[in-house]
Amino acid sequence: MRLALRLLVREWRAGELRLLFGALLVAIAAITTVSFFTNRVQLALNTQTNQLLAADLVLIADHPIAAAFSHRAETAGLRLAQTLAFPSMVVQGQRNQFVEVKAVSRAYPLRGDLNISKVLFGQGEVQANGPVPGTAWADVRLMQLMGLQVGDEITLGQARLKLGAVIDREPDRAGDFFNIAPRLMIHIDDIPRTQLIQPGSRIGYRLLIAGDEKPVAAFRAWATQHLGRGERIEGIGDARPEIRAAMERAQRYLGLAALVSAILAAVAVALAGRQYLARHLDSCAVLRCLGASQATLFRLYVVQFVLLGLSASLLGGLVGLGGQAFLAEMLRGRIVADLPAPSLWPLVEGTFIGLLLLLAFVLPPLLHLIRVPTLRVMRRDMGPPQQRGILAYALAALLVAAVLIYRAGEINLGMYVLGGLLGVVLTGSLFAWMLLLLLAGLRRHARGVWFYGLANVARRRAASLTQILGFALGLMALLLLTLVRNDLLTSWQSALPIDAPNRFLINIQPNQLPALRQFFQQEKLPAPKFYPMIRGRLVMINDRPVRAEDYAEDRTKRLVEREFNLSWAEQARKDYEIKAGRWWRVTDAQDQFSVEEGLAKALNIHLGDRLVYDIAGTQVNGRVTSLRKVAWDSMQVNFFVIAPPALLQKQPGNYITSFHLPIGQEAVLNDMLRQFPNFTVIDVAAIIHDVRLIMERVSDAVSFVFLFTLLAGLVVLYAAVLATRNERLYEAAVMRTLGARSRQLAAAQWIEFATLGILSGVLAASGASFSTWVLAEQVLHLPYTFNAWVWVIGVVGGAIGITAAGLMATRSVLRVPPLGVLRALQ
Amino acid sequence: MQDSSISLISKTIVSVEQLRKSLTHEGVSLTILHDISFEIKNGESVAIVGCSGSGKSTLLGLLAGLDTPTAGRVSINGEDIFSLDEDGRAALRGRNMGFVFQSFQLLPMLTALENVMLPLELLGGQDARSRALSILERVGLGHRVAHYPRQLSGGEQQRVAIARAFVTEPALLLADEPTGNLDSATGATVIELLFALNRERGTTLILVTHDTALAQRCGRILHLDAGGLVVSA
Repeated sequence: MRLALRLLVREWRAGELRLLFGALLVAIAAITTVSFFTNRVQLALNTQTNQLLAADLVLIADHPIAAAFSHRAETAGLRLAQTLAFPSMVVQGQRNQFVEVKAVSRAYPLRGDLNISKVLFGQGEVQANGPVPGTAWADVRLMQLMGLQVGDEITLGQARLKLGAVIDREPDRAGDFFNIAPRLMIHIDDIPRTQLIQPGSRIGYRLLIAGDEKPVAAFRAWATQHLGRGERIEGIGDARPEIRAAMERAQRYLGLAALVSAILAAVAVALAGRQYLARHLDSCAVLRCLGASQATLFRLYVVQFVLLGLSASLLGGLVGLGGQAFLAEMLRGRIVADLPAPSLWPLVEGTFIGLLLLLAFVLPPLLHLIRVPTLRVMRRDMGPPQQRGILAYALAALLVAAVLIYRAGEINLGMYVLGGLLGVVLTGSLFAWMLLLLLAGLRRHARGVWFYGLANVARRRAASLTQILGFALGLMALLLLTLVRNDLLTSWQSALPIDAPNRFLINIQPNQLPALRQFFQQEKLPAPKFYPMIRGRLVMINDRPVRAEDYAEDRTKRLVEREFNLSWAEQARKDYEIKAGRWWRVTDAQDQFSVEEGLAKALNIHLGDRLVYDIAGTQVNGRVTSLRKVAWDSMQVNFFVIAPPALLQKQPGNYITSFHLPIGQEAVLNDMLRQFPNFTVIDVAAIIHDVRLIMERVSDAVSFVFLFTLLAGLVVLYAAVLATRNERLYEAAVMRTLGARSRQLAAAQWIEFATLGILSGVLAASGASFSTWVLAEQVLHLPYTFNAWVWVIGVVGGAIGITAAGLMATRSVLRVPPLGVLRALQ
Repeated sequence: MQDSSISLISKTIVSVEQLRKSLTHEGVSLTILHDISFEIKNGESVAIVGCSGSGKSTLLGLLAGLDTPTAGRVSINGEDIFSLDEDGRAALRGRNMGFVFQSFQLLPMLTALENVMLPLELLGGQDARSRALSILERVGLGHRVAHYPRQLSGGEQQRVAIARAFVTEPALLLADEPTGNLDSATGATVIELLFALNRERGTTLILVTHDTALAQRCGRILHLDAGGLVVSA
């Protein structure tokens, strides 16, 4: 033990451990930086998205919420707020207006802020809490509709309230998508004075809860078990599916980044470990010759590795801690105002992973190393003993696989990427071996520097193979991350283009269409597309009556109980994705339905089923001939069920449209409502703004994590080349001694590295393409797009990157006099 | 002094009986050593000579227990080394033998001092540092103890190797072409040193060499030709 320590110190002083230590350090630094950072970003993003709920969790009920819930939450150290909402009438002088009243307690909102102004369209200010008792805040629409001024007195029920501010933005307003009436916000303590709460009043009660992740989750689990009739609990994912989808993908991506950093770490450690042990073959033989037993040698090295691993991992972890702090500092204000403090867990995790990787990659070869024939001290051509001990290698592989899956944070993701890696290793070995054989044949026809360059690659097939695989795995991991990142960003961007509709217009009567079209023309707005909307209840599926009690899920029950919005269309819109069956043609029978696939699944509707709708007393029936996928987050007008024109055209209905209203043209809405007083405008601009903001911030986070991983990958490539540097130096020195000129040597090296790079690139690109396809289909649920650039980047990038790294690591070959190299490596 | 050396000489340290080494390569059996037998007494200096491929290095490797024979016995101080396992032979080497190689075989990541300390440390000795320093002083490298092998000339490296071989005060010193990688002047100094230490410490010296001048300085020459012992003088 003491000798091991002394040897470790000596080797450290001699610079012998630098590569292994460096590789470990970089690897662990990358792992922990990514861990720390994704950990913090995830916490931050959760907090940020929860602003759209004004809380982390909301308990919703149609009756006052039992005190047991708030009591439980309070004892768990959670913060609470109550709101209740109900429709009512605001009166001021002769005017009155139907409004949606929201009464909030002092603590509201728990997440996010309110934006208010003192005058209409004034300079907004951020307000952490709602109105104080005795005052009311009105939204812009209410102010406009009633011609109110801040400071006016209004009457709500029996209470007189002073108008304190204009609400520009209410964090959780977006939650009520079809909230039609304008908003009046008051303090919850004013409710008794209004005397509006009477038996039978339709009131929505909400208990808002916020706090640390764990107690919130614990509360949710407890509350879910104690929910009564008419009570439900919602997190951000339940309330806002479009945000949930974006967040889940982002989290998977961050998991992937963490995984890739671990793969890079593994490759770096494996390569550096291999080099270290190769360099110590002679030392082992000498030590054996000097009387060390195998057990002594094993102990010596294991103790050294453990000490080395621990110190490098710890230091790497600290570097990671610094690295993420730096990243966080750079991102301050871009991702979120303040990233929550990281937990120290990634440090422990990083150290453990580092040690595990080191031992997994170093112990099996060490077992061979200590069996080195002692005769090697006299005859250098005696290599290491034959590779044996499959068991040790299998165990090591299992360990590494376990680390990777753990890092992915999700079995699926981990397994797919591992599968991809294994595929690359297996097919790669075969492929590279064949290519190397081919090269060996080629070099017979090659001349001059080409001969030496190719000869170097082909001569030690096993060594070249290891290098190619090492490079290829590193490159593949990076390409994979790039590809998936691009897919992710593209899908987010295309989901919400800059001119995505931000207003819905409903209740348009058929005879108003020409005038409305003209109105849009006058205002120089692009003509929107109008969709017929007919309300009907689904009464039968295949002659079987549809009843809410037949369905288990609450959401489905609610869906069945209410009226559906049906529509008719001749052509399928371009963004409809037909998942089964086909869209109708004019020549088809007209009793058909196209059903959204999610609804079909929820209601257990299949292709070919016959549906009967009750539309204002008339029964309309048709067969399901296609299932559609609908992008709900596209802000287009979408329908669950569409029929050919002939089936529904005759039914009473009205029209709906969505359009993009540029910022600053909001006054158009007032003109429109004056001309068409029956219209209802639904403003989704704020929702879109929020969703886009979240997506942008997630993209930023993803890009930065990617950049850092990329950096780590480059260091690994460099380390990989460095690992074979001595062999190369030695060979080059011999060549120079034999009279090779610098230019010839450089050219030969160039050719060697470029060949290695191209081979690795081809392998990496195939592996990455395959894995991306699987990931897109199975894990991230993104449309897969074949990307030819991977091949270009993989092959060209591989060749250039590896050649550059290689030449950089071996540049001294051309500078140092050959004798110096020969003696140093003797 | 005289009496003690006589008593030392009288004892057999190395005993070789019917030693044979054959290799099978691609189905063809090749015998490198043909049933060799000889004895070496304590304190003797013996040169094993012969042309390339005569089997002399193989013989040395077998004497050191670095390799295993096809048949026959090698006893060191009466102990049959091939009845021991690999680790047993390693321990035996650590206690009884020192080595000097043609290619020096210093560990590149250790300084001269650390290289010399290593065998003592492996044996668990306490005063490794002072003993190593004193022997490095003796070989004339007291001023270069902190240098790494790559910073030393070939002659200096071989002197470090000699210091490492003698530091454990082994009964038997085995040298494989100790001057093979050195120019003649440097080689001569190294040889002087080797014999001087051999005399001072009463070590038994067995060396393999091409160098006839070096061989002549030994008390006895074993001449190997095609795997057989030709003259045993």
